Amino acid sequence: MAKMTMIEAIQGALDIAMGEDERVVVFGEDVGYFGGVFRCTAGLQKKYGRTRCFDTPISELGIVGSAIGMAAYGLKPCVEIQFADYMYPAYDQIVSEAARLRYRSAGEFTCPIVVRMPTGGGIYGAQTHSQSPEALFTHVSGLKTVVPSTPADARGLLIEAIRDPDPVIFLEPKRLYNGPFDGHHDRAVVSWTKHELGEVPDGIHVVPLGKAVTRRQGGDLTVLAYGTMVHVALAAAKETGVDAEIIDLRTLQPLDTEAIYASVRKTGRCVIVHEATLTSGFGAELAALVQRNCFYSLEAPVRRITGWDTPYPHAQEWDYFPGPTRVGSAFTETMEA
Amino acid sequence: MMTGENVPLSLHVPEPEWRPGDTPDYSGIDIPKAGSVRRPEVDEDPQTMRELAFTIIRVLNRRGEAVGPWAGELSDDDVAAGLRHMMLLRAYDARMMMAQRQGKTSFYMQHLGEEAIGCAFRKALLPGDMNFPTYRQAGLLIASGYPMLKMMCQVYSNEGDPVHGRQLPVFYSSKEHGFFSISGNLATQYIQAVGWAMASAISRDTKIAAGWIGDGSTAESDFHAALVFASTYKAPVILNIVNNQWAISTFQGIARGGSGTFAARGHGFGIPALRVDGNDYLAVHAVAKWAAERARRNLGPTIVEYVTYRAGGHSTSDDPAAYRPKRESEAWPLGDPILRMKAHLIALGVWSEERHKQAEAEVKDEVVAVQKEAEAIGTLHDGRRPSPRDMFEDVYADLPPHLVLQRQEAGY
Repeated sequence: MAKMTMIEAIQGALDIAMGEDERVVVFGEDVGYFGGVFRCTAGLQKKYGRTRCFDTPISELGIVGSAIGMAAYGLKPCVEIQFADYMYPAYDQIVSEAARLRYRSAGEFTCPIVVRMPTGGGIYGAQTHSQSPEALFTHVSGLKTVVPSTPADARGLLIEAIRDPDPVIFLEPKRLYNGPFDGHHDRAVVSWTKHELGEVPDGIHVVPLGKAVTRRQGGDLTVLAYGTMVHVALAAAKETGVDAEIIDLRTLQPLDTEAIYASVRKTGRCVIVHEATLTSGFGAELAALVQRNCFYSLEAPVRRITGWDTPYPHAQEWDYFPGPTRVGSAFTETMEA
Repeated sequence: MMTGENVPLSLHVPEPEWRPGDTPDYSGIDIPKAGSVRRPEVDEDPQTMRELAFTIIRVLNRRGEAVGPWAGELSDDDVAAGLRHMMLLRAYDARMMMAQRQGKTSFYMQHLGEEAIGCAFRKALLPGDMNFPTYRQAGLLIASGYPMLKMMCQVYSNEGDPVHGRQLPVFYSSKEHGFFSISGNLATQYIQAVGWAMASAISRDTKIAAGWIGDGSTAESDFHAALVFASTYKAPVILNIVNNQWAISTFQGIARGGSGTFAARGHGFGIPALRVDGNDYLAVHAVAKWAAERARRNLGPTIVEYVTYRAGGHSTSDDPAAYRPKRESEAWPLGDPILRMKAHLIALGVWSEERHKQAEAEVKDEVVAVQKEAEAIGTLHDGRRPSPRDMFEDVYADLPPHLVLQRQEAGY
C-alpha cells in the first residue's frame, strides 16, 4: 500500500497495462514526450518507446477514429482527450462507430478502446474546461462509462477498462486529480498523499466494472453519487448530521442496480447528486429506476441535486457547483418530506 | 458613386454545366491519350510528381490496346478473370435491383459504370490487407472470391446473413476477405483505415490498409483527419477517392470547391496523389499496385482519385432524371469499363463477340442459381429470418443484465 495522487494512480495503471500487454498503445494531444497536460502519461514514452506512446495532431476525431482502426487490427488503444469538453468532434466516431462495431459486424470486428478524458469543474475552467458529459455516453448502447472517485479506484478501474473487450469511456474528475475535493473551495486542499482514501494497493489492483461501493453506511437516506460528488456528499453528511448511506456508483454503464435498490429499500429515501446539468442528466435515469423498482419503499420523493441547466460559468463557478450546502439542504429537506 | 468598398458582395454557389433538358457536352474536358502519362518510381519525391494529380492515367486506348508505362502488369488470364468479375458484379446488381423492386428487400445500391474500380483494386492487394470500403465497393468482395450467396443473404437480411439482419442491404462485412464492416455515416472509415495501417506499422507487420471515400464525402472532417494522420505517421495506407461525379443530386463541384481536383487535396499534406481513369481496369490495377508497393516499402500513404461516372441512381430511393440530363451517362467520355475490357481481350486475340455473349449468359445463370439458393433461405419479409432474440446480442461481448431484462420484456 502506498498513498498517491489520482494522477500517479492513473499513470501507474497505464504503465501496468502497457507492461502486461504489448497491444496497449497510448496517444493523444501532448501525451508523448511531455507526458500529458495533467501528467497522466508521464514517462511512458521513455519507457515503452515512441510507437507505443505518442503525440497526435489536435484532432479528437482523428485520435478516436484512428484508435478504432487500430482496435479493428488487434491493438488495444487507450487514448486521451485533453478535456471532456473537446470530445464533440470525436462523438460521431464514438457513437456511430466504436459503440456499434461489434453489433453491426456480428462480432467479426470489435473495438476494445478506452477513451480517457478529464471531466467536471471546480478549477475555474469555465464552459470549455468544466463539462460533465457522462449522459451523452450512457445514452449510447454499446459503450461502458466509468467515473472513479479515488486513486485506488482510478487505478483498478482503468486497468479493468483497458482489459475490457468493449469501448470504455473513462471520465477522470479533474478536481480530484490531486486531492479529495469536498466542495469547500475556500478551504485548503488536502492532498491524496495525506488522506485515508489516498491508499492504492501495490501491484496489479483491479476493480471490476459494474460494482458500486458504499462510501458511508447510514440509515436515513441513500445518496447516489459518482466522481467529485461522492466527496461533497460525504462532507454534507458530516455537516448536517444526516445519517446518509453514500453509494459511489463508480461505473454508470454497467450500473450496479442491486446495490442501489438494496440501499433505497433499506432507507426509503434517495438523493441523487451529480455535477452535470439537470435535464436529461444521468440522475433522471437513476430516479426512474429507483421509482420503478423501489416505489413501495419510498417515503419521500426522489431528489436530484445537480449543476444548473446553464453553460458552466467562470466567475460564478461556486454558485453553479452543487456544493455541500446545497447537497446538505437536500438531505435535510428529504428527511422532512 | 460607389467606391470599391461599397460594392455589395455576392455569394458564389457552384452549379453544374447542364441540368435536365440540357445537352451534356464533355468536349471541354481534357482527357489525356492512353499511355501518355509518365510512371514515376515509387520512391520518387512527392514534390516532383504533383502533375499526376491534375491528369488522368490511362492504359486502354480506343482500339482496346494496353499502351504506355502503366501497361503490362497482367497476364491474359488475369485480364479475362477481371472481365468476368466485372460482369458478375453487373449481373448481381441487376438481379438485386430487380429483387428490391419486387419487394424482396428494402433497399439496394448498384455499381453500374464503376465496376472496374473495386474489382481491379482488389487484385493489387495481398491476403491480410484490409479495405475500409464505402457502400459501392462490392467489387472488392467479388474479386476476392467471397461467396455471392453470403452477399445475397445479407441483402435479404435472412437467416444466412452473416451480420444477422442488423445492417442495411449492401453493408457487408468480411474480415477474412479484407473487407471492413460498412458504416452509413460517410467518411468515418477513412481515418479508421489510417489507424489500421498505423497499427500494422506499430506491430512491425507487413500488411497495408486501403480507405475508400466518395467525391462528396471528402468534405467531411474525417477526410482531413485521415490525411493529417496518414501524412504525419507515414501510414501504409492507400487513400482512394471515387469521384463518380455525383453525391446523390449534388454535383462534384460542391465538395471540390476551388481546388482543381480531389487528388490535389493531398498536396497540402505532402501525400503523393494520382488521378486515374476509373473505367479502365488496367489503369486502376496498375496505379493500385504502384500505391500498394509504396505502402509496403514503408514510403507512406498515396491518394488515388478514380475518375468515373455513376451511371445509375445513388440507390433504389433515387431518381437521377430529377437533377441531371438523361443522356449524360451516354455522353460520359471514359466509356463503359466492361465494354472497354471486352475490346481489350478481343484485341489480344483471346476473346470474341460470341464468347462474350456466352459469358454473359453463364454469368447470369450463375447469379440466378445463387439467388434461388438465397431465396430458399428467405427474403426480408418471407422465410427464415434472424431471430428477434438475436437483436440483443453483440451490443457488448457479454449480455448485460439490463439487456437480459429488456429481452424478457420483448418476449424472447
